[in-house]
Amino acid sequence: MIIAKLAYKSLLNRRASVLLTLFTIAISVMLLLSIERVRIDAKSSFSNTISGTDLIVGARTGDIQLLLSSVFRIGHTNNGVSWKSYEYITSQRGVKWSIPISLGDSHKGQAVLGTTLDYFSHYRFAKKQNLTFNKGRPFAAINEVVLGSEVANKLGYKLNDSIVISHGMGNTSFHHHDDNPLKVVGVLNPTGTPVDKTLHIPLAAIDLIHGGKASLVHEHEHEHEHEHEHEHDEHNNLVGHPKQITAFLMGFNSPLYTLQIRRNINQYKPEALLGIMPTVTLKELWEMLAIVEKILLLFSAVVVLISLLGMLTTLLANLSQRRRELAILRSVGARPWHLFTLISIESLLTTLLGCLVGSALYYLAIFSAGGYLQSHAGISVNITMLSYYELGLIGVIMAAGFIIGLIPATRAYFYSLSDGMSIKA
Amino acid sequence: MINLKNVTFKWHKNDSSPTLNIKELVIEKGERIFLYGPSGSGKSTLLAILAGINTVTSGEVLILNKNLSTLSNTTRDAFRADHIGYIFQNFNLLPYLTPIENITLGCEFSKIRKQKILKQSSNKSAALQNEAIRLLNALGLTAQYHNKNVAELSIGEQQRVAAARAFIGSPELIIADEPTSALDTNNRESFIKLLFEQAKLSNSTLVFVSHDETLKPLFNRSIDLINLQEQV
Repeated sequence: MIIAKLAYKSLLNRRASVLLTLFTIAISVMLLLSIERVRIDAKSSFSNTISGTDLIVGARTGDIQLLLSSVFRIGHTNNGVSWKSYEYITSQRGVKWSIPISLGDSHKGQAVLGTTLDYFSHYRFAKKQNLTFNKGRPFAAINEVVLGSEVANKLGYKLNDSIVISHGMGNTSFHHHDDNPLKVVGVLNPTGTPVDKTLHIPLAAIDLIHGGKASLVHEHEHEHEHEHEHEHDEHNNLVGHPKQITAFLMGFNSPLYTLQIRRNINQYKPEALLGIMPTVTLKELWEMLAIVEKILLLFSAVVVLISLLGMLTTLLANLSQRRRELAILRSVGARPWHLFTLISIESLLTTLLGCLVGSALYYLAIFSAGGYLQSHAGISVNITMLSYYELGLIGVIMAAGFIIGLIPATRAYFYSLSDGMSIKA
Repeated sequence: MINLKNVTFKWHKNDSSPTLNIKELVIEKGERIFLYGPSGSGKSTLLAILAGINTVTSGEVLILNKNLSTLSNTTRDAFRADHIGYIFQNFNLLPYLTPIENITLGCEFSKIRKQKILKQSSNKSAALQNEAIRLLNALGLTAQYHNKNVAELSIGEQQRVAAARAFIGSPELIIADEPTSALDTNNRESFIKLLFEQAKLSNSTLVFVSHDETLKPLFNRSIDLINLQEQV
């Protein structure tokens, strides 16, 4: 009891250096927790990008390249899949649904994706969640567009705004299609996936942008006539398709079909195609990035180590300054183990407070940086209670702090009593 | 009370002559002893032996009929905390505690001394505090200083706090190591008289050490360390 009181009073007396130590620990705890949280959430955001899709099919290229271009909108494939092949493959037995996608265009740097209404009913992310609408509805006519949440936020588009799609990637494209403006009819809820950064237009509209006539001419002519017609008729406007699409996603009635159809696709004669299972390829991709993950972990560990060494330095430096204080305690009757307990309690108290302040700073950090991470890195950071894993990390830091505190405590234990009797004021 | 026989003490095994060489020293219970000698005469060494901080090289040291040299380090620590109050030359007060807290610290590490106070008091929770206040008042430090910062006290005030800490819990032996060296003659005498009063009240034996022989007449017995030491 008296030892705890002394520890408290003594810490208070040296508050400047104690606060400094406390903040070093607090900051390292905050860093460790933040890095770990970003690491874990990056991993889950990453694997949450797409779910419920059994197979992605595109022109033959690398597995990862196909995944990157079709799901992450990174890079692009030179070849596509012909509409004929798409129709043939998706008419096979066991195919539950399919979503054709056509990429390669952009609007102010954001990807434009041509697809069908199946996209809104079958595309899933995270834990098999469907896309949901924040405002509006799916596109129903060829000149309508549905925006990802971030596109709408960033570019400030509202329902019924008119936008123009340019051909090719990047916002410096010279080939604008001012004669074919699109109307915003829906905005999706945030998903934390590349969907947020995508403009969704009817597949039929893609060729229109490219000035393609072919099978679309028919719809194009009708477009203006049907513009003010009722909903049920507008659906007709979506009929029509391009000759080629970038890739398509498929879901099967049973997982058994996946491997079989995948084998068929990879041996498909008329065209060189590739079918990948997104979950498998996502895992492969993440393993390639695992080194980054490990470096992050290493960084956090080093940060904690440095802060604990900092605490040790401060404690040892303080100890020689406190030799007199400890000697006085010995001289008024404190036994060596009293001093040992005193120093241990002090370092434990410092680490404990450091961890508490660190956790508070950590919440402050993810609270203030969460939005930025979501919008700039696509990592959705969840503000939740500390997980067992995080509590475990804090526990490890506390234990390490306590063990490190034992070093000066042991030294204090062996301070001889004659120190206290002979030290001059 | 104190009984030294054929005591020698060497700081290092290989020292040619001992720092201390005392054939016999007997101090009775309740005595107020003035122990004097010039610097280097071995005063501090003798005190360290009386307080059980250092153990003798040869001979016998009996304090309260306990042979200190036969006790283990921890039992000697406990014995010292329980039975000896020590007033240091430099007072040894903790700067971050108030005078009252510094004084009660003297019995926080000794059950026996704590018990002595609690026995006499009806108000158990404030017993230590009240005893500290009583001692401070008795030693002439008024209430306004009781909860001040120790570092703000003058030397004379700190000295009274240090003395009160030694007296709390009425230990059988009080050792004062030149506590008056920083005071002028008048204050010295009045302070020593206050010490006598307290020693009488708490039934303690007082060993007062100084190099200043002018204080000699105040004590009922004085010991010259030079004479005490056997010349080798």
